[in-house]
Amino acid sequence: MQEETKHIVKSYDLELKRLRSLITDMGGMVEAQVGMAATAVLSKDSDAASRAMESDPKVDDMERQVEAFVIRLLALRQPVAQDLRMIVASLKMTGDLERIGDYAANVAKRSLVLQQFSLPYTLTGLSHMARLVQENLKLIIDAIGEEDAEKALLVWRSDEAIDQIYNALFRELITYMMEDPRNITPCTHLLFIAKNMERIGDHATNIAETVWYAVKGEPLTDARPKGDVSSYAVIRPGE
Amino acid sequence: MSTTMNVASEKLGMAAPMVRAAAEGMNEPRIAIRNLDFFYGSHRALKSINLEFPARQVTGMIGPSGCGKSTLLRVLNRMYDLYPGQRATGEVMLDGQNIIDPKLDLIHLRSRVGMVFQKPTPFPMSIYDNIAFGVRLHEQLSKSAMDERVEWSLSRAALWDEAKDRLNTSAMGLSGGQQQRLCIARTIAVRPEVILFDEPTSALDPISTLKIEELIDELKDDFTIAIVTHNMQQAARIADQVAFFYVGEMVEVGTATQMFTAPREKRTQEYITGRFG
Amino acid sequence: MSATMAASGAARNTAVAEKLANRRRRSNRTVEALCLAATVIGLAFLAMILGTLLYLGMQGLSLSVFTEATKPPGSHGGLLNAIVGSLIQTTIGTLVGTPIGLLVGTYLAEYAQNSRLGNAVRFVSDVLLSAPSILIGLFVYSVLVRPFGGFSGIAGCVALAVIVIPIVVRTTEDMLRLIPVSLREAAVALGAPKWKMIVLICYRAALDGIATGVLLAVARVAGETAPLLFTSLGNLNWSLDITQPMSSLPVTIYQYAGSAFDDWVQLAWVGALLITFGVLAINVVASVVLRPRQ
Repeated sequence: MQEETKHIVKSYDLELKRLRSLITDMGGMVEAQVGMAATAVLSKDSDAASRAMESDPKVDDMERQVEAFVIRLLALRQPVAQDLRMIVASLKMTGDLERIGDYAANVAKRSLVLQQFSLPYTLTGLSHMARLVQENLKLIIDAIGEEDAEKALLVWRSDEAIDQIYNALFRELITYMMEDPRNITPCTHLLFIAKNMERIGDHATNIAETVWYAVKGEPLTDARPKGDVSSYAVIRPGE
Repeated sequence: MSTTMNVASEKLGMAAPMVRAAAEGMNEPRIAIRNLDFFYGSHRALKSINLEFPARQVTGMIGPSGCGKSTLLRVLNRMYDLYPGQRATGEVMLDGQNIIDPKLDLIHLRSRVGMVFQKPTPFPMSIYDNIAFGVRLHEQLSKSAMDERVEWSLSRAALWDEAKDRLNTSAMGLSGGQQQRLCIARTIAVRPEVILFDEPTSALDPISTLKIEELIDELKDDFTIAIVTHNMQQAARIADQVAFFYVGEMVEVGTATQMFTAPREKRTQEYITGRFG
Repeated sequence: MSATMAASGAARNTAVAEKLANRRRRSNRTVEALCLAATVIGLAFLAMILGTLLYLGMQGLSLSVFTEATKPPGSHGGLLNAIVGSLIQTTIGTLVGTPIGLLVGTYLAEYAQNSRLGNAVRFVSDVLLSAPSILIGLFVYSVLVRPFGGFSGIAGCVALAVIVIPIVVRTTEDMLRLIPVSLREAAVALGAPKWKMIVLICYRAALDGIATGVLLAVARVAGETAPLLFTSLGNLNWSLDITQPMSSLPVTIYQYAGSAFDDWVQLAWVGALLITFGVLAINVVASVVLRPRQ
């Protein structure tokens, strides 16, 4: 966004650029990991599952790299204003991305368990949710790379849709469990998978808030539509 | 260029910065500048400045060399009167009195608005006499009262412990940092309401600099402080309010936090992040 | 391409740099030798002057030089009246000239900076500084000696004061101008009016320099002959009356050195020795005792 004005100290510009590319690289890794985890669940692909789990340590390593780089920048450059916001934002975003990676790995792990069961129903809802989450993730990583607050706002707003699918899934899965106790194990895993996907969406909105602050210098304070009402959901047999 | 400036000053408006500052926990103003212009001969060095200095808080003034920040400081104690051809127009109100009124009693003004300079300027006399010099200009004190005043001001300037055993030795024997604290002691001995600091640490080593900064932080309990500095980190460390100047204009004023995390003006942003072309 | 350029650059460097370095060394040695030669020549003359002075002066140096007044040739006179006369005229001349010079210098440095009057005064003062001293003698002669019908110590004092004034003006102005603006502003910022700033701060800060200037002025007038020839004239008898012609060392030296009497010539050498070492002592005091403190 501020590309037309450069720092007087060129190496500082290079470092900030490097930090941004570290974050977007990490974002790309996480995005791929989420994609593989989704494939593992939806296509019962155990190969994808193991690749998703294997990339977790790489993401963690990336997080440590970003942290070390941020600490170095803070110590040596004493950044202020947009630079300071961008650098602190990087630290927060790398944490969010790392959590997303963890959730993806967890989804992949559960997909292996799920393969042992034959499911009496389709995974349409979950696949729809996974697609939305991946779209959001891609968009927010673009927003980081381009310092685009508008894209971030888009991600922030569209999280509501993910939450609504999650609520529907929640009810659906509980219903299956009540129908037949043999469904309890796979459905519980599916429930966790859905919850993980929903959490990934939440972290994407966290990143969206961070990008907004880094670019605009003010917090994104509008009341965000809260879509996840499953905490209050009560479903009784026979209803 | 000029159009962007006009836009900027229009956007800031006349009273807008003060309203904003007041909203962010600034004290009531001790000095209020309105539509101040300053001329070196025919060169207009300050352009319609509007700024308030909140009482018992530190106002930092930053900007590139030649932006007018030191000029503004020197208006506040009428230092420019020393030099023919320099003049100011507008209003600089200190307790309902216009500082730049030509009829003003300058000696009285300078007892109310003290100044500490870039380089330590000890007078070629003893430490004691350095302090007493300024006091004697305004008050007639008994020997014991003067002794008390000297001790009080040296203590306030965090120099008493180092100087108490050598009050009658030449002030030139002090180190640079001590000399600067002596100058601060000398200034507060007159018991002003406002103290102006013109880059007070630019000639000092980092540790002496930190001591002066600590001192300024303590002094703001009793004095209204205005400081010009080239060191942005210093402004961030000690100022409550920061004003950014650029070629004779005040571009932006706000709390230190706001100015260093989320400045409103693009020029401020570029300057404080080191992007000035 | 850049590699070949760098390589040829390196090759050129070694050959050419060697040649350049040799030339630099040669010219450095030449200049050094010239400076040394000039120094040796200058010092040699100084040593010869001092040597001759010491050799010839010490021969006639005795207590009677300081206790006896000048007497006719062959009667073992001394230089007491000349010494005392010099002291009196130099002292009065300095006491009169210094305050005037100090005030003029202050005016030029503090008040008149670049005003037309200031520039005129500065120009006149500088002309006076470099004017031949005999002109000053003639001036005082036509102003004080001729109208009042006779040579006198007063006229001598005035002539010396006129020489002191421009020296003190110049040093005072120079020394005051050397005082940093920050020191002045610091005094003014505390609320000092201008005169207090000048008297209490500037004079104090410039004290060493001004005192050095005054001492150098004393040294200069102590050795002046020409202005005294037309004013205090010289007096071969003991006299402390400054309204009468008055003796002085330089004038006595001038008169005795050209005389035909061996003992007078001898006394002239002694007088020269006294003046030289007196002036030397003042210079040493000026440069050692009043050296600016760090």
